[in-house]
Amino acid sequence: MAHDMTADAAHAHDEHHESPVVFGFWLYLMTDCIIFGTLFAVFSVLRNQFAGGPTGKDVFELGGVGIETAILLLSSITYGFGMISAHQNKLGALRGWLGITFLLGLGFLFMEIREFSHMIAEGNGPDRSAFLSAFFTLVGTHGLHVTCGLLWMAVLIVQTGGQTVLSERMTNKLTCLSLFWHFLDIVWICVFTFVYLMSVI
Amino acid sequence: MADAHAHTDHSGASHGSVGSYLTGFVISVLLTVAAFGIVMAHSFSPSGTIAAIAILAAVQVVVHLVFFLHMNTSSEQRWNVMAFAFTVLTVFVLVVGTLFIMHDTSINMMSR
Repeated sequence: MAHDMTADAAHAHDEHHESPVVFGFWLYLMTDCIIFGTLFAVFSVLRNQFAGGPTGKDVFELGGVGIETAILLLSSITYGFGMISAHQNKLGALRGWLGITFLLGLGFLFMEIREFSHMIAEGNGPDRSAFLSAFFTLVGTHGLHVTCGLLWMAVLIVQTGGQTVLSERMTNKLTCLSLFWHFLDIVWICVFTFVYLMSVI
Repeated sequence: MADAHAHTDHSGASHGSVGSYLTGFVISVLLTVAAFGIVMAHSFSPSGTIAAIAILAAVQVVVHLVFFLHMNTSSEQRWNVMAFAFTVLTVFVLVVGTLFIMHDTSINMMSR
């Protein structure tokens, strides 16, 4: 009992001490934040430059955006459950949750690509107006980040495959991707609020 | 002992618990539904709607930071929070500065 308590205390202490790898990744995310801040500033400046083309009201379908938002929010919490399994060393559950998160991310990406190709097919591509250029750049950059996150997630599912106990290095990788994934969800909150919802008011 | 261990795992550490994730999720769903609802119902004036959904978005970002990214005021998180605060300041200067300058430019150029 006494031994267990000490072990637990040491364990808890270890977990409180954040790895420099995770802090370094956090700093990368902060620079990514500035990229998105720039793209949001560009979109805000160009949001009314329609060049006689369609406005946001004409091209955005809120129903689809709502489903995309729901999928991304759900994938955030399933990744969180995966991290909880990882910290309890339940590797089967971890891979299960990562798999579900991966499928949700793929669903999000599929809907976004369908929306983009639908708009381009109707002649409302990024070359139509400054508003649409800014829209495709901002939302496309977010979609590119989601794609990278999915590739990374697939790699981690494979890498955790052969293991029975998570190494500290692997836990750090999973933590970094968790920060990345939740960060993308935060960016999406700003996207659906300032791009989609504000354009249809 | 198992309970005590679970307790350590769930309350102290910075990686959250099922409960905290579910709390964050439910609050986020409510805020998102509220934002979509306000816009779709056309219940406010345009400027009122913009202000309302901007506030809802800001609150939801904080909810995500606390419940999903586990940001807190503990000493282990100090440098993360400081880096974040600096980034928020940078993005604020970037966005507000850009909007201010471009608005001023378009007024002087009489393009609007």
